[in-house]
Amino acid sequence: MGQPRGCGARAALTGLQQMSASVSGSSTSVQSLPCPSSGSEELTDSEGSAYSGLQDSGSDSSSSDEEEEQEEGPGGGSVPRTRAKGAPRKRKTLEDDSSLEESKALLAQNEYEEDSSDEEDIRNTVGNIPMEWYQDFPHIGYDLEGKKIYKPIRNKDELDMFLEKMENPDYWRTVQDKMTGADIKLTDEQIDLVQRLQRGQFGDVHFNPYEPAVDFFTHEVMIHPVTNRPADKRSFIPSLIEKEKVSKLVHAIKMGWIKPRKPKDDTPTYYDLWAHEDPNSILGRHKMHVPAPKMKLPGHEESYNPPPEYLLSEEERLAWEQQEPAERRLSFVPRQHRSLRAVPAFPRFIHERFERCLDLYLCPRQRKMRVNVDPEDLIPKLPKPRDLQPFPTTQALVYRGHTSLVRCLSISPSGQWLVSGSDDGSVRFWEVSTARCMRTLPVGGVVKSLAWNPNPSICLVAICVEQSVLLVNPCLGDKLLYGATDQLLESYVPPEEERVQPVRWVTATAEEHGRGIRLLVQHSKAVKQVTWHGKGDYFASVVSDNSNMQVLIHQSSKRWSQNPFRRSKGLVQCVLFHPIRPYFFVATQRYVRVYNLLKQELTKKLMSNCKWVSSMAIHPGGDNIICGSYDSKLAWFDLDLSTRPYQLLRHHKRALRSVAFHRRYPLFASGSDDGTVIVCHGMVYNDLLQNPLLVPVKVLKGHALTLDLGVLDVLFHPTQPWVFSSGADGTIRLYT
Amino acid sequence: MGGVEKKKYERGAATNYITRNRARKKLQLSLPDFRRLCILKGIYPHEPKHKKKVNKGSTAPRTFYLLKDIKFLLHEPIVNKFREYKVFVRKLRKAYGKSEWSTVDRLKDNKPTYKLDHIVKERYPTFVDALRDLDDALSMCFLFSTFPRTGKCHVQTIQLCRRLAVEFLNYVIASRSLRKVGAVVFLSIKGIYYQAEVLGQPVTWITPYTFAHDHPTDVDYRVMATFTEFYTTLLGFVNFRLYQSLNLLYPPKIDGQADVELKPAEGKEYAMDSESYLEKLSALSSSLARVVAPTHEEEVELDEFPVEGTAEQMDARKKEQEALEKHKKLFEGLRFFLNREVPREPLAFVIRCFGGQVSWDKSLCIGATYDVSDPSITHQIVDRPQVQQQVVGRYYLQPQWVFDSVNAKLCLPVADYFPGVLLPPHLSPFVTEQEGDYIPPEKLKLLAMQRGEEPGDASEEEEEEEDSNDKEEEEEEDESEKEEEMKLKKLEEQKTQSNKALPVTVTAGKLRLEDKQRLEQEQQSEEKRLAIMMMKKREKYLYKKIMFGKKRKVREANKLAAKRKAHDAAVKEKKKSKKAQRA
Repeated sequence: MGQPRGCGARAALTGLQQMSASVSGSSTSVQSLPCPSSGSEELTDSEGSAYSGLQDSGSDSSSSDEEEEQEEGPGGGSVPRTRAKGAPRKRKTLEDDSSLEESKALLAQNEYEEDSSDEEDIRNTVGNIPMEWYQDFPHIGYDLEGKKIYKPIRNKDELDMFLEKMENPDYWRTVQDKMTGADIKLTDEQIDLVQRLQRGQFGDVHFNPYEPAVDFFTHEVMIHPVTNRPADKRSFIPSLIEKEKVSKLVHAIKMGWIKPRKPKDDTPTYYDLWAHEDPNSILGRHKMHVPAPKMKLPGHEESYNPPPEYLLSEEERLAWEQQEPAERRLSFVPRQHRSLRAVPAFPRFIHERFERCLDLYLCPRQRKMRVNVDPEDLIPKLPKPRDLQPFPTTQALVYRGHTSLVRCLSISPSGQWLVSGSDDGSVRFWEVSTARCMRTLPVGGVVKSLAWNPNPSICLVAICVEQSVLLVNPCLGDKLLYGATDQLLESYVPPEEERVQPVRWVTATAEEHGRGIRLLVQHSKAVKQVTWHGKGDYFASVVSDNSNMQVLIHQSSKRWSQNPFRRSKGLVQCVLFHPIRPYFFVATQRYVRVYNLLKQELTKKLMSNCKWVSSMAIHPGGDNIICGSYDSKLAWFDLDLSTRPYQLLRHHKRALRSVAFHRRYPLFASGSDDGTVIVCHGMVYNDLLQNPLLVPVKVLKGHALTLDLGVLDVLFHPTQPWVFSSGADGTIRLYT
Repeated sequence: MGGVEKKKYERGAATNYITRNRARKKLQLSLPDFRRLCILKGIYPHEPKHKKKVNKGSTAPRTFYLLKDIKFLLHEPIVNKFREYKVFVRKLRKAYGKSEWSTVDRLKDNKPTYKLDHIVKERYPTFVDALRDLDDALSMCFLFSTFPRTGKCHVQTIQLCRRLAVEFLNYVIASRSLRKVGAVVFLSIKGIYYQAEVLGQPVTWITPYTFAHDHPTDVDYRVMATFTEFYTTLLGFVNFRLYQSLNLLYPPKIDGQADVELKPAEGKEYAMDSESYLEKLSALSSSLARVVAPTHEEEVELDEFPVEGTAEQMDARKKEQEALEKHKKLFEGLRFFLNREVPREPLAFVIRCFGGQVSWDKSLCIGATYDVSDPSITHQIVDRPQVQQQVVGRYYLQPQWVFDSVNAKLCLPVADYFPGVLLPPHLSPFVTEQEGDYIPPEKLKLLAMQRGEEPGDASEEEEEEEDSNDKEEEEEEDESEKEEEMKLKKLEEQKTQSNKALPVTVTAGKLRLEDKQRLEQEQQSEEKRLAIMMMKKREKYLYKKIMFGKKRKVREANKLAAKRKAHDAAVKEKKKSKKAQRA
């Protein structure tokens, strides 16, 4: 019951409510509210009851407290009491003892009186509900008998309101109580309060917000106690309980039950840890453990007085200083001191110890297998070159005459004549045994390649000059022989129907004929290599082109050429006929392709394992090929074995220009840009199970490097173990 | 085969290794604690063979431990102690923060400690293992014992290190084990190296010169302290065992007699009772008490076993034995007195090791047994330019004499070591020259002396050597001349060859003498060169590497020899000029 009423009371001063709420925080007091004599009795009563209702409910919320204070003004009769009641609540702590007691007494009286007015207020029985619910009804709630409590009659219209406004001098201070619907005229005090609150002042006129602050306990040290209570007697008398406890402890100590704490002994105790060495305790761990390597023992240079040769010279010291600390071979500079007393402390001693510690726990350890090998054992045991003789060992002859690099060499099948082609636009014929230049044939262009017909009954040399291949009869040696060759060439009868050929065969003019040139095979592009078939009828030429027209095969007796390949497989470096069987070798940059000419198909493709093949030669047996390459490798292929090189020889330091096999002896040679010719023994066994034996037997030097080029071509004598080499220095050398 | 297919890095090498961070997480330890654990347990990282495989395809530089090692660490009781200690530190900090001093005291009283005994035993299952790993332990203990007793590390640690080091020195003296064939003490610019043979194991350690340390800032003393913690434990047990093996008391007690002698004289004045013990011990001047009273015939006569082998071998062995015995008693009967400017400890240690008697100024250190004025003193070690008042009947020598004599295994002639004299070089006894290495002439002289030749001969020998050197040089010159001749001949040949083409004149050929040996050599070298050409790539690489190393060695030796030659020449020049001036 109490609470709704309290709420009702609150609603009565709705206008004030918010204000009061704001005021409440400042906990003002109620010391002397002037008693308003003109307040209506009813109102007073209601306020009183509202207050008491609050008390009953035991609500302690500060907001409701404030309301009480607000509404005490009108409640005239209870003013002095209210004041007393408010005081203990709000300022209990501030009051001194006496005032506290007084207020308590007053409070008791107060409560008692206000209790009585509780049930009389009957105007609002609906409780704290939104009043809109009763807006359309003429009543608000019901009284005890169940009859409606009617609202005061309000039938004023606009005009009445206006008149009222105009006529009633108290109109401005009249407020409608929503709870009951009645008009209430505010008293002067109430208005004053409202105005003060609107101005943001304290509700209480007499409250001074700027009172000097008074500490409850002063900060100054006082000589008197706060409470003047005399000390207890027990504080003077020894405690019995304690005495009992102490005596117990004493007894325990006496009996030896309690011992004083021993002083801690930090010194570690040692004993015979390895008294029982258990062989089982050696675990796998210990076997796997890699013990840290011991520190390196110092050498003479670390002595304080080293022999003088260990001291660093000035430039050595400078070099030492410029090196990174990690790179130095010695971590210190050797120094000499006259006597022991002059030796200073080593400044990096702690560092070195620390680094050792770091090494011990941070460095990965690994058992390093030290190669304990005698370097001599690494050298392969090869048959001695002396046992592999004959092979060319010394330079015997030098053929001089060319003025520019000698690109190519060829030798007559009998081994009597040598022909060489050079960049100076001439071809020279030499007698091998005397180094005499027999003939000089100016061809008017760089001679890229030349080849003597391998057939001993034909005396013919094929020479590549620019776009044409010249077939030249050198007219050397047996007159019958070269006469027969000429006859053979002249006996050519052109066929009835002209066939379409990739090249043009031209018979030499009379002037050319006088020089020895018999036929010209004119290609569409520059020719870079020519090679004869073993029988001496066919020859192949390589054109520097990118199309399928790179390789052409010609038949000299029928003056007939054909293009064997339909498609280009890359830049052709050189070509070769198999000495016995109808095979044709084509070396492109990285591969050597072997074609069967009869079946007209690819039989093998050899991977050379090098970057750029420069030259190629075939063993007279026909089963082995060597390839020289510009990346200074020589690959030996065994055709029966595999398509990969049987061995890759890296003997030369620079690019290989040419390679050659001897026709009879198991020799092969390679010439390189480093100016050397290396002669190797390359024994091929008939027994298929035995691999070829390759032994380098001689390094031949002699050619001077010109334009970074050394040896351009090597060639073996057909019968003797001699090797010719032509160099960029314009000479041809014979080694025997 | 069924089963789930394993993913890429879930088998093989990747499962055998674990990175440091993962290991740390697995052990639930902080990095410093993990570090400590690794140090104490002797766990070191491993380098996997295929790092990328182990590192799950990444090439980031990581440290790998063997997973087995980490699993082994997992059940180490010390790990729990580390955690306890962490809690303790936390509690202590809290108590400090709250200013609860009684709690602080209580906590400090109950500070968790751990022992490393089991780890020592685990890491070194046999005593010999421990001895093998003693080098670093000794060096570290000697270093720590020279630290000042303030800051840097705990005073107790320093004291303990000092104690253990001194105990070890005393053991070496007592056992006379500083007698390894040809090695022992070396004064380097870094410190003093010692090598002793303890129960057949060479143990090397280095001590710094006694100066205050300039403590570097870029050194983690925590790491060093952890190592020292382990090393002290190890050394303590090793010392115990060593003392036991000699029937000595451990902790060592100074022999009763000497003790009594010392006490009234200076014990009290010199140091407090608690400290005087260690000080007396570290004086290294008195013998130690034995468990069993020492008998005069300590040395057990070695039974002679019939050794298989020729009489020569027997003789050699006997000789060796004798030499060893002689070396052991190098300073027997000599009485040394150390002046105050010489480093007392190393000298006293070395002299005592070889049976000499040693004393020093009373005010220098406790334990001096006789005075300067004692007429029986045979050698006085002095390190000053000159000695004012010389007593007749004793040698005044620089300290290097002692060390050089010990290293040379014989008492060297004293003349080179008088005060103020330019000392001969101090050679490292750790270097054993192999063939082809450079041997300084002083070493050659020393070797000659050891072989029993007179030192007087040495100088002659030197001259002789020089002579022989000259001869060699001459020979060399001859050879070079020959070579030049050959070259000239070759040049001529070439000329003749080049001339051949043009004028067809025949000149009378000179008779060429062919040096057969040389030809053969050339041939052989060429054969070798050709064979090298045929080597496989890998072998060739190896061969070249080995040859490079060899060549470098030769080069260095040659360089040293050349330097020495130049130096000697310069010295001679000076002497000559001086002589000339005098004349």
